[in-house]
Amino acid sequence: MVEPTTEVIECDVLIVGGGMAGCGAAYEAAYWARSKGLRVVLVEKGAVERSGAVAMGLSAINCYMGMKNGENQPEDFVRYVRQDLMGLSREDLVYDIARHVDSTVHMFEEWGLPFFKTEDGHYKREGRWQVMIHGESYKPIVAEAAKKAVGDQNVYERIFVSHLLTDAKDPQRIAGAIGFSVREPKIYVFKAKAVICAAGGAAGVFRPHSVGEGLGRIWYAPWNTGSVYKLMIQAGAQMSQFEHRLVVARLKDGYGPVGMWFLLFKAELKNAYGEKVEEKWAHLLKDWEPYGGQKPIPTPLRNHQLLQDFLAGGGPHYLRTDEALQKMYAEVQHDKKKIREIESDAWEDFLDMTMSQALLWASENIDPAKTPSEIVLTEPYLMGSHAATTGAWVSGPEDLAPPEYFWGYNRMTTINGLFAAGDGVSGSAHKFSSGSYTEGRFAGKAAVAYVHDNPDDCNVEHDRVEEIKKELWEPIEVFERGVGASTKPDVNPHYILPKQALLRLQKIADEYAAGHGSYYLTNGKMLERGLEMVDLLKEDLHKLGARDLHDLLRCWEVWDRVWCLEAHMRHMLFREETRWPGYYYRADYPKLDEENWKCFVNSTWDPATKEWTMEKKPYIQVVS
Amino acid sequence: MPTYVNPDKCDGCKAQDRPACHYICPSDIMHLDQSLGKAFNIEPDLCWECYACVKTCPQSAIDIRAYADIAPMGASITSLRGTDSIMWTVKFRNGEIKRFKLPIRTTPWGSIEPHEGMPVPTQDDLNGQALSQQVQFLGVPKLPTPALA
Repeated sequence: MVEPTTEVIECDVLIVGGGMAGCGAAYEAAYWARSKGLRVVLVEKGAVERSGAVAMGLSAINCYMGMKNGENQPEDFVRYVRQDLMGLSREDLVYDIARHVDSTVHMFEEWGLPFFKTEDGHYKREGRWQVMIHGESYKPIVAEAAKKAVGDQNVYERIFVSHLLTDAKDPQRIAGAIGFSVREPKIYVFKAKAVICAAGGAAGVFRPHSVGEGLGRIWYAPWNTGSVYKLMIQAGAQMSQFEHRLVVARLKDGYGPVGMWFLLFKAELKNAYGEKVEEKWAHLLKDWEPYGGQKPIPTPLRNHQLLQDFLAGGGPHYLRTDEALQKMYAEVQHDKKKIREIESDAWEDFLDMTMSQALLWASENIDPAKTPSEIVLTEPYLMGSHAATTGAWVSGPEDLAPPEYFWGYNRMTTINGLFAAGDGVSGSAHKFSSGSYTEGRFAGKAAVAYVHDNPDDCNVEHDRVEEIKKELWEPIEVFERGVGASTKPDVNPHYILPKQALLRLQKIADEYAAGHGSYYLTNGKMLERGLEMVDLLKEDLHKLGARDLHDLLRCWEVWDRVWCLEAHMRHMLFREETRWPGYYYRADYPKLDEENWKCFVNSTWDPATKEWTMEKKPYIQVVS
Repeated sequence: MPTYVNPDKCDGCKAQDRPACHYICPSDIMHLDQSLGKAFNIEPDLCWECYACVKTCPQSAIDIRAYADIAPMGASITSLRGTDSIMWTVKFRNGEIKRFKLPIRTTPWGSIEPHEGMPVPTQDDLNGQALSQQVQFLGVPKLPTPALA
């Protein structure tokens, strides 16, 4: 392949990632930047119209207070999130999202996103925090607003950002980012005074249930490779709660959503013998006080009950769609029109956001009114937007954050000028699509304020840029140098291809870091052994071979994931307790330990020494 | 369930400046076979079946065949996406058909005018907690602050 050319782009605020958080950042930053004459640039590895976790669409907005109708107050939401996370949330961040999120949702409706409505004109609730939408075009609508706000000339698509740049004279200050085009041999150097890291969380770190053609049919988007974490870790930003993860009970193989079934249709989860899992294993909850005794039962504890029932021989487990629908049909006196409406809502739930689940039903001739569907626990995901809280340690808002949680700009990481949003922020779980967008808006506004206060140009070191460019292109050269050594390009002593590296990574994760294949179980010795294997893998990743630009993308996505796995394992090793059973178990520390571990675990990787530092950070209750 | 391309329908988007599926695919797996001038899925095992390419293809040349290691054969789901709604046709393995027409947007495409009519913000606005358009969209007159613990 020809040598890549280089384009340098100078801007004030750079947004990395054009998903929900990135679009929120773009929309908001553009407004505040306009009067200051600042340039905002959005860079995305796909096409913004269909990128990120919402690319496929969504059938619900899961974070909406409804303050205007007095449905919920932000305090209610903070208490809910605190309970679901087994005590550990950054309540300043959660409250901040809750008090602003309604404005985001109302704006989406104004733009043209269709909502289900009740007879009195309110959004139709699926659950306490969830509202139902016709969300096939959710992302294209949000993308239209973001692209218009910053201007098409400031949107760079199909560029994979692989490294952040820090200031040559001040490594605690951000200076930009480097990436490459997946469409032409070209490297992009972005010089920026502020960077908002809004790329995706990490799917595909753990070996999924399907490893053949269905490798990509995982619950979270397979193109969410953990860029948001790797970029910030490598820049030296502090991470928090990286031991946390998400495991959810979902419809088997298709991974269709279950929220509507559980919350709205009141379907029950039963084992193969018709026993209600939650009832049968209710006694387990007392081992996890004070959280076990409160409602709603935290997501990991519900997983814990399901897992214990499976280990006791209760599988397969079923979502009893049949019983729920028959009950609903009886309630409408089997009125054909009303049955048709209920049926349409049930199918739309999948067709808006997980078509494969609908296709799986069709493939198995499943009529949900007659046949229940299997439920399993997914493989783990690292993310910060769902019932999960992996991400960067960021400053809270000035009027809410205690001094320990505040250092000048909302959602700024421990690197000056580097902001995070969405999956990238730890401590503000349950923000989902609307909250991620809202958090992006915070970061967008704060980044403009930061640039206004810190207008000096950053120092980007020429040699460092050249070093990264060389490193970026290395897999292409490794392949070209080595390919002649074998008659078969995918079996070669000089390189491994990115898919081969991915499968090796997923195997380590599953077997040593408490994947689904290990029943989410690990211990200190397993983690130490796993980290040895990660070290060997990282050495070999310098021998990744790329046949083309698509392979080059996949090579750098493997790097994303391996950094995520390493940080995850180091955090799990440090936290000597089991706080979230059903997410993972430390077999050597099988109990909750409120006295020693009701705190955050933070880590920092030092780019100068290449060493990790682990530390505890205090949990401070903000809301009563 | 990975995408596949019907060679009789795909024309490689010759009349356009770029192949639509190649442009839109979030996983970067819809590519053009240069020798055939037609699109194909280069990495079916990293397809999320998001239907982005299926919905955007101007020739309706792209379909989904359920994952070989997961699903029994014979079913299909096809979509026809218009400007304000989408029509789904679900065909079961046993031949049963279900159709669903669902709304997708209530306003014309391209009609969003970001921050239209918004005043120029002051420095105090920038340093405060209000987001743009809070007055218009928050739904309550005042941004809440908590009863601190």
